[in-house]
Amino acid sequence: MDALLFQVLAGLATGGIYASLALALVMIYQATHLVNFAQGEMAMFTTYLAWSLISAGMPYWAAFFITIALGFALGALIERIVIRPVENAPVLAVVVVFIALLVILNSIAGWIYTYTIKAFPSPFPKEPLFGIRYMSAHELGAIGITLVVLATLYLFFRYTPLGLAMRAVAQNPQSSRLVGIRVGWMLALGWGLAAAVGAVAGMMVAPIVYLDPNMMGGILLYAFAAALLGGIDSPMGAVIGGFTVGVLENLLGAFVIGNELKLTVALVLIVGVLLVRPSGFFGSVHVSRV
Amino acid sequence: MRELRAGYGHTRVLHGIDFAMEPGSITTLLGANGAGKTTTLRALCGMVSTEGEVRFSGESIVRRRTEDIARLGIAHVPDGRGTFLNLTTEENLRLGAYVRRDRRNVEPDLERVYGYFPRLRERRRQQAGTLSGGEQQMLAVSRALMLAPKLMLLDEPSFGLAPLIVRELFNILRRINQAEGVSMLLVEQNAAMALELADHAYLIETGRMVLAGSAAALKQDDAVRKSYLGY
Amino acid sequence: MSRTNVILLAVLLTAACALPFIVSNYRTFQFTLVLVYAIALLGLNILTGYNGQISLGHGAFYALGAYCAAILMDKMGAPYWVTIPAAGAVCLVAGFLFGLPALRLEGLYLALATFALGVATPQLLKYHHLEKWTGGVQGIVIAKPEAPFGLPINADQWLYFFTLAVTLGMFLLAWNLLRGRIGRALMAIRDHHLAAESMGVHNALYKSLAFGVSALYTGVAGALGAIAVQFVAPDSFNIFLSIMLLVGIVVGGLASISGALYGALFIQFVPNIADEISKAAPWAIFGIFMIGFVYLMPTGVAGAVRLLLARRRSHEI
Repeated sequence: MDALLFQVLAGLATGGIYASLALALVMIYQATHLVNFAQGEMAMFTTYLAWSLISAGMPYWAAFFITIALGFALGALIERIVIRPVENAPVLAVVVVFIALLVILNSIAGWIYTYTIKAFPSPFPKEPLFGIRYMSAHELGAIGITLVVLATLYLFFRYTPLGLAMRAVAQNPQSSRLVGIRVGWMLALGWGLAAAVGAVAGMMVAPIVYLDPNMMGGILLYAFAAALLGGIDSPMGAVIGGFTVGVLENLLGAFVIGNELKLTVALVLIVGVLLVRPSGFFGSVHVSRV
Repeated sequence: MRELRAGYGHTRVLHGIDFAMEPGSITTLLGANGAGKTTTLRALCGMVSTEGEVRFSGESIVRRRTEDIARLGIAHVPDGRGTFLNLTTEENLRLGAYVRRDRRNVEPDLERVYGYFPRLRERRRQQAGTLSGGEQQMLAVSRALMLAPKLMLLDEPSFGLAPLIVRELFNILRRINQAEGVSMLLVEQNAAMALELADHAYLIETGRMVLAGSAAALKQDDAVRKSYLGY
Repeated sequence: MSRTNVILLAVLLTAACALPFIVSNYRTFQFTLVLVYAIALLGLNILTGYNGQISLGHGAFYALGAYCAAILMDKMGAPYWVTIPAAGAVCLVAGFLFGLPALRLEGLYLALATFALGVATPQLLKYHHLEKWTGGVQGIVIAKPEAPFGLPINADQWLYFFTLAVTLGMFLLAWNLLRGRIGRALMAIRDHHLAAESMGVHNALYKSLAFGVSALYTGVAGALGAIAVQFVAPDSFNIFLSIMLLVGIVVGGLASISGALYGALFIQFVPNIADEISKAAPWAIFGIFMIGFVYLMPTGVAGAVRLLLARRRSHEI
């Protein structure tokens, strides 16, 4: 029983990270109908930026918020400069551009920071909080931060005019133009927000898996699985999917198939969801008219 | 004083249309299916590639982007209404006012719009996709109004609506035009009702302007009567 | 085929045959790998270039072929030349089986699913229950085949000619398949799959077969590659291998047979040159070239060459 609880709680912690990354993926998909294969590398890169700031002596939380801002800027820039030219291009061209982005970010990180693994600090104390034995303080903190980010985003989209405009653009870009919304800038904003969310996810996961240019590969895969499970165009689905996948990963790993085949599990999940229920649990079903 | 003059040739659909609008008037563009009426409106909004000249309030707007044209005060009610189906009625209306700089007039305008269309007030928190056809058309017109436009473009507002509802809608359009001085350009297949509402009328056939004049004059015109009014 | 093309090919073939006697053993080995990649790229091109099914996981089939060869040679003592058709057969079946569920996945989603396959492959290869066969993390070492019949050439040169022969065979086969009805059907499915279906092209069959044949080619390449490198280990078959194959067909030219050769030269020699600058440089270059080609030269090197030749011909008239 103890072991089960332990795995579930640890699963929630990693699940929060999957949820954040999945949410970033869904935000971009909703606005553009594109899958951002480079989301993981963007998060990794911003985490390295945070590391640079902290290594230069900046206190953690200052670096944290500045990194979020930098991530935002990076995302918006990438959308304007790299993605805009291929927004309406055939699928293969778009996929190639995303993969190229992945590869470029990965290699720039490797070039600047080398491939040696680095430790990344956690803002939370080493001793478990509130005497809870089942989770480290960092894991608890990570869940907390994730929830704060999600709540902030929810409030932003629901109750601010800018959030409303972004929702409008995601649903109906043409009508948005008719009311004067600058659709291009909204897309850049969406990318910026997604990148910022990814930055938080990266900073939360780095203390656990250690900083390395290739650290996000498996995590991205799980985020994809989570996003698909929840519904690739449903933000709420992404969050629920994320926590579900996190717990599932830990339970399966501890009690069923061992820790060696985690990525295969993600693969099976992805293919399974795509074949059986492509719209996920909370997404909208697409009917293509012939 | 504002004058809208459009003279352009569109290689695929429109072959040189010229017309002008008086500010504060209601003009209607008539024609059969495929004549090029919707394309004309789209050209005015920068939604299709256009050659020639379009001037609004003395400025040329011909190669501007749709969103910039909207910001100049031209509100387009597209065919199919263009409703944001997954947002609430009120969210749709607030989006109409998104670009306005006079923030404090938005709330009173919202009230005024609910005054014209009380049914929208009842459904303000409902998802727009659940509204009936007539209500969605009212929502589309209201959203355009929320822009505080100088010119409203309406693309087939009567489409798919029962005659009684169309009459109600057109009456409200006349009220809006008289009370707020909003110029209107109405594209319609329903010639009879359009000619009742409008001050001026133009007839388009296969991308060319074939007839122009006051609505009253066109109503009497034999050719129009036979082809478009059915008697 | 036009006379100029025949002449060009003859010249190319002669040069290819003369190569191992002119350059060092190491260079010969590098060119052997170029041929190996060319076959793999041809495979990927059949699926993605000609048939429009995006695969970001072809490294998995390359790995499958490579491990087939390694296991047959190391654990079962089979001769090296047997492994080629064996790897091909295994991958044909595996590809076809993967192609069946892939029928229901379009564009972006297929890319996503194959991306997952590519990422998961090394972990799968390290799975300890399979260690008896795969050698686990350490992998398998393969012996280098010697020249047969006591021919007066060394092992590297022999391997080069062997690979060259296989390459020629595979290219000829592909050329035959693709220039006729089958090629047109594949491209019809890529461009207008509804129209193709309604004109009687059996979409499902062609698409699954395309997957199978594509996997066959890449698997054969994997087997040849394993024999050339004399070594298979899980971490060499990671997602970056799949991405490198993608780079190859984008730069070389989609839906082009000659493109496979240009792409192979690119992905073999760029890392060699760029490695001098930094360990990260090759991939940065790959990324930049990928984006560059998508924006500026979407038909790849093959397309550019075609354009140049066409322009020259029109000048001559």
